[in-house]
Amino acid sequence: MYSFDWSSIPGAIPYLWEGMIRTLQITVIAVIAGMIIGTILAVCRLSKNLALSTLAASYVTCFRSVPLVMVLLWFYLLVPDLVKKIVGNPSLDIRLLSAFVAFSLFEASYYAEIIRAGIQSVSKGQVSAGLALGMTSGETMRLIILPQAFRRMIPLLLTQAIILFQDTSLVYVMGLADFFGVAYNTGNRDGTLVELILFAGFVYLVICFVASTLVRNLQKKIA
Amino acid sequence: MISIKNVSKWYGDFHVLNDCSTEVTKGEVVVVCGPSGSGKSTLIKCVNGLESFQKGQVIVDGASVGDRKTNLSKLRSRVGMVFQHFELFPHLSVMQNLTIAQCRVLKRGQGEAAEKALKLLEVVGLKAHAQKFPAHLSGGQQQRVAIARALAMDPIAMLFDEPTSALDPEMIKEVLDVMVNLAQAGMTMMVVTHEMGFAREVASRVIFMDHGQIVEDRPKVDFFRTPGTDRAQQFLSKILSHSAQA
Repeated sequence: MYSFDWSSIPGAIPYLWEGMIRTLQITVIAVIAGMIIGTILAVCRLSKNLALSTLAASYVTCFRSVPLVMVLLWFYLLVPDLVKKIVGNPSLDIRLLSAFVAFSLFEASYYAEIIRAGIQSVSKGQVSAGLALGMTSGETMRLIILPQAFRRMIPLLLTQAIILFQDTSLVYVMGLADFFGVAYNTGNRDGTLVELILFAGFVYLVICFVASTLVRNLQKKIA
Repeated sequence: MISIKNVSKWYGDFHVLNDCSTEVTKGEVVVVCGPSGSGKSTLIKCVNGLESFQKGQVIVDGASVGDRKTNLSKLRSRVGMVFQHFELFPHLSVMQNLTIAQCRVLKRGQGEAAEKALKLLEVVGLKAHAQKFPAHLSGGQQQRVAIARALAMDPIAMLFDEPTSALDPEMIKEVLDVMVNLAQAGMTMMVVTHEMGFAREVASRVIFMDHGQIVEDRPKVDFFRTPGTDRAQQFLSKILSHSAQA
């Protein structure tokens, strides 16, 4: 029988906390940037302009057809060179920057599809009503359609954010010390890998369970 | 004010509008009726460019609707439209429904827009509901708000697309009353409706459409006394005998 040794966890708590902050940083930035880019993609994809809609559709299809780990690796290999060319040596950890960019662009493709469905769920009559009042199609989209679409989409958008929160653990391929990365390194160092990964898993479980319960309650309130 | 000249429209092979021509002069109330699928809603939506058409011309107050150079948004802001399903903005309060386009399109200040909104809500009898959301109003109340919303833009003409078709019978009257008052106040109106009582009371002319064509376009009195075509006569006898029973 395997005997568990939890002794290395208490001492690692400050580092684990730092890791969690990094994990949350990536999640929040990717959610915000992903939603902004995703909204633009969704509007482009629904546009009558064939070039715009094709471009947006290909972007979404490409990112959704490639494993996230690979996207992360590509950006890890590409972004640092690119950044150095543009701004020289940035003060921010360049791996973190790569992670921000990769997650934002990747999540954008998923958000784009959620938001597109949201926009399409708002009746066409609402567009007509906006236009009939003399608003431009841009104003109608911004002031009439998107607010309604987002209201309906909030539960789905938050669920996607929870998935993203779990997926950030993949930044270990960049050697970035997020929550999971810190847990892994600590376990490796102290020879308590099993315990640390169990502990990390438990923390993810608790956070995600609480978050999805909140989302479900919110959903009931909206519906 | 509104001039429709030889307008034709196709959905693929289906001829929705077939060489339609008519005029609505200032202060006139024109009722458009006809069986469902006859193209009456499509015709009225061509007037403010919500529907495109392939042939012909629609001129509203000197501006050509089909012309690419026409600023359609500006033209639409001067022509009010009321929809079958109200189409109030559900995420905005009644007040905001009435002010949003005033502020955004006409660039009125918030105070001025709100003042105008309250005045119009009073006209349609809903001043007490200004802070409510559309979902908390009955269908008839929602449609009256929708009329007030269109009027808030100080339109030169109003288009009504089956404004009472989605309403429960007991709510039809409150909406028609508002429309009658509007007509009597001299508003130029084009109204797609089956409410022949309304047509009898305030219409200047009645247009009867069938299969995308304007079959009859005559002064109200002539239309009701002796419909010129069998098709219109059949239609009238159907809806009139029905409302006589009810």
